[in-house]
Amino acid sequence: MKRISVVISQGQSQNPTKRQLEEELIMALMIEPGIDVTVVPNLYDLKTESTALVALQGITDNLIVVSWLYSRAAHWLLDRNDIRGQEGTVLLTYGDEDEDQDDEPPEESSDADRVVDQRPVPTRRVYCLDFRASTTTDDFVKEVKRIHSETSAQVVDLMDWVDGTPSEDALKRFQNPTNSTALDHPSATTAEETSDLSKSNSPLDAVRRIDAEGGRRWYPVIDFSRCTNCMECIDFCLFGVYGIDGQETILVEQPDNCRKGCPACSRVCPENAIIFPQHKTPAIAGADLAVGGLKIDLSKLFGAPEKKENAVEAAARERDEQLMLAGRDVVGLDIGIAKRHTDQPDPAERDDLDDLIDELEDFDV
Amino acid sequence: MSQSLTFMMGEYEATFPVDRHYAKNHMWGQAEDNGATYRFGFSAYAVRLLQDVYFLDWCVDVNDRLEKQQEIGSIESKKAESSLYSPLAGHLIEFNQLLLGDPSYINTSPYEEGWLFRMQSKTSDLLDASSYMEHLKDVWEVTQRTIKGQLN
Repeated sequence: MKRISVVISQGQSQNPTKRQLEEELIMALMIEPGIDVTVVPNLYDLKTESTALVALQGITDNLIVVSWLYSRAAHWLLDRNDIRGQEGTVLLTYGDEDEDQDDEPPEESSDADRVVDQRPVPTRRVYCLDFRASTTTDDFVKEVKRIHSETSAQVVDLMDWVDGTPSEDALKRFQNPTNSTALDHPSATTAEETSDLSKSNSPLDAVRRIDAEGGRRWYPVIDFSRCTNCMECIDFCLFGVYGIDGQETILVEQPDNCRKGCPACSRVCPENAIIFPQHKTPAIAGADLAVGGLKIDLSKLFGAPEKKENAVEAAARERDEQLMLAGRDVVGLDIGIAKRHTDQPDPAERDDLDDLIDELEDFDV
Repeated sequence: MSQSLTFMMGEYEATFPVDRHYAKNHMWGQAEDNGATYRFGFSAYAVRLLQDVYFLDWCVDVNDRLEKQQEIGSIESKKAESSLYSPLAGHLIEFNQLLLGDPSYINTSPYEEGWLFRMQSKTSDLLDASSYMEHLKDVWEVTQRTIKGQLN
């Protein structure tokens, strides 16, 4: 069977339960045949030139990534770092309970062109699994094996073409093509390494661990399957995070200019295409469905101010807070906010219809 | 530790030293340098609600000017997660570096090694220990409702 790479992205937190799940999965995958495991620090914190990202960029074949991020967040985070591919369908997903409700995002999805439509994506598949999907190592192992055989199916089909039984050598060459363009893929072994095959088959060699370099980061990740290149984010952000590439497409150009904890631009994005993978609100962190957190949120008890504001007001407030922290003047709703927002009637101004609806809701029918 | 007051959170006895003040967001604050600066930490009430702390992260930096109730960080524990908010307006002076490596000092020593940060503030509307006990009596019901409401 064709080998497949599994990347384990470790969580940021010291949570022993999380660490244990990671380590148990690593151990379990180590003894599975045909699987190469790479352990990296939290994907989100990796810097462009880091050893870990360079290693992941070297994997050009099908890829499974298990992280503490929503799959959509992980997918576009990888995409941003040039680890691109078709989105593989993952069956082990977060929030399985409400699986049977056909959840399309409720917002009116317009026919606007998405950035992704203009971008060729490599044919290899990238499968992003969320560690929070299950607490059982077995579930992850099962899913990895399922994906492994799914991605190997292609090879089996080709084999059926071959008339008769291929020689052992031919089969070996077929399974480990030495002229692979996947230069850094473990299967693309050079002649020299091939003589050492017995060594690299030892389970310990099947796990590559890359240590953390640098601390925690905070920056937006764009989901280009949603983004329409409308440029509202670049107008809104006053910290120079966004830029435009050679094809006049929006990109996160200066991620480290982003203000830690501030998710304001994601609130003004009309397509909900901006993800802050570490934000505590699932919708901002890249959850597909409106999943509730698994833990109790104590923020209200710990002094969260009561707020009655819409998303744009929240965004403007958050931006002002960051401007103040940076020692700059606040701008409120005056700068970089699309006209369609400012033209909307003030939500505080109630009309008769609002009153009527409230009255109807009071009837307990 | 000197004298302290207690509050019963169900079966659990939470203790609060009287040698310091308390903010309504369940942090204690201890005046230093004749009240020019305050050192803050979680009160036993907060620690009991959180239980084992696994992760603490700040989203502001030393020397930042903080508004009261401004979001300054987040915390994750075995049972809960929460954003953290500034108890006062003022300037942030220092974070407890010890916690960045091992946040569990919040559980083992909430009033000493587990302190959170130090800030400079001109205004203080912190409560003394006995007023904080009154405040806890008022909020205990709501706290229980919040927890139960989210568990359902």
